[in-house]
Amino acid sequence: MNRRTLLGSAAALVAASALPAFAQDEKLKVGFIYVGPVGDGGWTYQHDLARQAVEKEYGDRVETTYIESVPEGADAERAITQLALSGHKLIFTTSFGFMDATINVAKKFPDVKFEHATGYKTAENVATYDARFYEGRAVMGTIAGRMTKSNKIGYIGSFPIPEVVQGINSSYIHAKKVNPDVEMKVVWAYSWFDPAKEADAAAALIAEGVDVILQHTDSTAPLAKAQEAGAIGFGQASDMAAFKPTPRVSSIIDNWAPYYVKRVGEVLDGSWTSHSVWLGIGDGEVEIGEITEAVPPEVKEEALALKDRIASGEYHPFTGPLKKQDGSDWLAEGQVASDQDLSSMNFYVEGITAPMPK
Amino acid sequence: MMIDPLSVFILLLGAATPILFAALGELVVERAGVLNLGVEGMMIGGALAGFAAAHASGSPALGFVAAAVAGAALSMIFAVLTQFLLSNQVATGLALTLFGLGLTAMFGKPYEGVKAPPMLAGPLRLNLMIWLGLALVPAVWWFLMRSRPGLILRAVGENHDAAHALGYPVRALRMAAIGFGGALAGMGGAYISIATVLQWTEGMTAGAGWIALAIVVFAQWNPWGVLAGAWLFGGVTVLQLRLQAAGVAVPVQLLSMAPYLATIAVLVLISARQKFGRSGGAAAPGSLGRPFHALR
Repeated sequence: MNRRTLLGSAAALVAASALPAFAQDEKLKVGFIYVGPVGDGGWTYQHDLARQAVEKEYGDRVETTYIESVPEGADAERAITQLALSGHKLIFTTSFGFMDATINVAKKFPDVKFEHATGYKTAENVATYDARFYEGRAVMGTIAGRMTKSNKIGYIGSFPIPEVVQGINSSYIHAKKVNPDVEMKVVWAYSWFDPAKEADAAAALIAEGVDVILQHTDSTAPLAKAQEAGAIGFGQASDMAAFKPTPRVSSIIDNWAPYYVKRVGEVLDGSWTSHSVWLGIGDGEVEIGEITEAVPPEVKEEALALKDRIASGEYHPFTGPLKKQDGSDWLAEGQVASDQDLSSMNFYVEGITAPMPK
Repeated sequence: MMIDPLSVFILLLGAATPILFAALGELVVERAGVLNLGVEGMMIGGALAGFAAAHASGSPALGFVAAAVAGAALSMIFAVLTQFLLSNQVATGLALTLFGLGLTAMFGKPYEGVKAPPMLAGPLRLNLMIWLGLALVPAVWWFLMRSRPGLILRAVGENHDAAHALGYPVRALRMAAIGFGGALAGMGGAYISIATVLQWTEGMTAGAGWIALAIVVFAQWNPWGVLAGAWLFGGVTVLQLRLQAAGVAVPVQLLSMAPYLATIAVLVLISARQKFGRSGGAAAPGSLGRPFHALR
C-alpha cells in the first residue's frame, strides 16, 4: 500500500474509534485532581478512597477519573481545564493551592461544578469544603503531651497557611494542658509531599531532642524515621497502619467519603448548590485512628473522652483564656474562637518560641 | 542555642552521600569527554531498582547491587545513542532524565507505601554506604591521576581525535565510563530510597541529580572538590533544618533556599573566571560534550 492509503485508513480508523465516545453521555463524569500520588498513604490516598466510595455507591451512574501529582500553580489550571473539556460535570480539586486555578477554570466553564478542598474562594459553581483538622490535633496533642519523656514535641509543617497554623496551635495548647513543661519545635518542609524532605525534617527534630513528632505533610517518611530513632508519631490524613503499634500510636483520618457521596448525589438529582462547609469529628469527617497499646490506658481514656466532648460540641479546641505569641490577648476566659478567626490564623499562641515565617 | 556540631556532621554525611556517589560517577564520565545530563534519571532508576531488590530480598546490600545494575543499564541507552548513533549529548541526557522519571513512576506504583529493610550499620554510627562513598573519593582520584588507564581516559576527554589517532579505543572507553557513572548514580539514588527516606515515592530524588551535575563543575572536575561540594550542599541542607528545629529566628524561606543559593553562587564565581571558550571554564575536559566521529 502506498503512503496515502495508509494515512487515509489510519485517519478513518481513529475517527471510527472516537464514535463510541458519544454513546456514553448518560453517566455523570466526576473528575478528581490530586496534589500527590494515590500511593502516598496519606492525604491523597484518603481522597481516592472517597472516590472509590462514590463509584461503589452509584455504580453505573457515574464514571470517575483522577489526575494525580498535579503541582499547585499554573499546571493545575491545565489539568482542571483538561477534565472540564472532556465532559466532566463535577470536579473535586483536593488541595489548598488549587484555589485560584479552580476559580479561573470555573469562570470559563459555568456549567461545570467544582468542589475545592480547604480553600476559601467560592463562586456560583464553586463550593468549598474543609475539615476541622484542629479537632483531631487537639486529641493528638493530648497524647503527645502525656507521652513525651523529653518534654519536646515536634511539628513538621508544610506551608505557613492558616490550616497548618491551627494544627500547630491546637496540638500545643492541648499538650500544654496535660504537660505544662512541654516545648514545641517546628520545621517547615515547604511541600505537602516530599518524603526525602520530611525524613530530613524528622531527623533534624529528633536530633534536637524531640521524641514525639506530629506532621502536616502527607508521607509516611517521618514515621519511618521515628521508628529508627525510637520516637513516636501519628498517622496524618490516613491511618498509616503499617506503623502500628509504634511509632504510630494514633492517627487523624480524613474521611471524605460521606461528603463526596452526598455531593455527587446532589448533582445527580439536581439539588447541588455552592456552599462553604467546615466539618469536624462530630460530622464524621475527621476520625481518630485506633490508639494502640503503646499508649497507657489512662492516656487513651483521656484522649477518647476529649474526642467525645469535641464531637458533641461541648468543647471547642480554641477556648480561652488564650494569648498570642507576642503576649497580646486573644481569647477571654470561656470565649471560643470564631471560624473567621481560625481561617485567617497567622500567629502562634503564647508559649511557642519558634518564629513564624512571614 | 547550641547545636551539637558532631550530630550535624553525621547528618551532613548522610545527606551528602547520594550526591557524592552521583557526582563521582558523573566526574568520571565527564573526564572521558561525555556530558551526561541524565544523572537524575539514573539516580531514580537506581532508587526504584534498589528499593525493589532490597524489599524482595530483605538485604539492603543486594539492593545497592541491583541499583548499580539498573543505573548502568539506563546509562547504556544513553551510551548507545550518543556514541554509536551520534545524537546530541545534551538533548539525549535530558531525555534520559525524563524517561527515567516516567519509567520509575510507572513501575514504582506497587511499591508506594511499602517499608524498606533496615540499613547496614557500620563503625562510628555511620552506615557502610557512607564509608564506601568516602573511600571512593581517593580511589577515583588515584585512578584518574595516578594510573595509566585513568591517564588514557583523561586523554580521551581532552582530545578524542588525538587519542583516536594514537590508537586508543575512544568509544569503548567512553562506554565503560558512562556505565560506571550510571552505576554510581544508581547507587546514590538507592541510598535515598533505602537509607534516608526508607520508602519509595515517584520523583523522590527531587533534583539531586542536577545538584550532582552542578557539583562536578563546582569541583572543577577534581574528586576532592566533589567531596567538598557534596559536603557543602549536604551541610547547608541539614543545617537549615536543624536551625529551624532549634528555633533560630532566621527567615525560614531563606534557610530553605540556602543550599541552592550556595550552589549557584559558587557556579557563578567559577564561570566568571572563565577565560577560554570552553563550556565550564578552563579546567573542563577539552572534548566535553562534543560528539566523536572517527574519521577513519
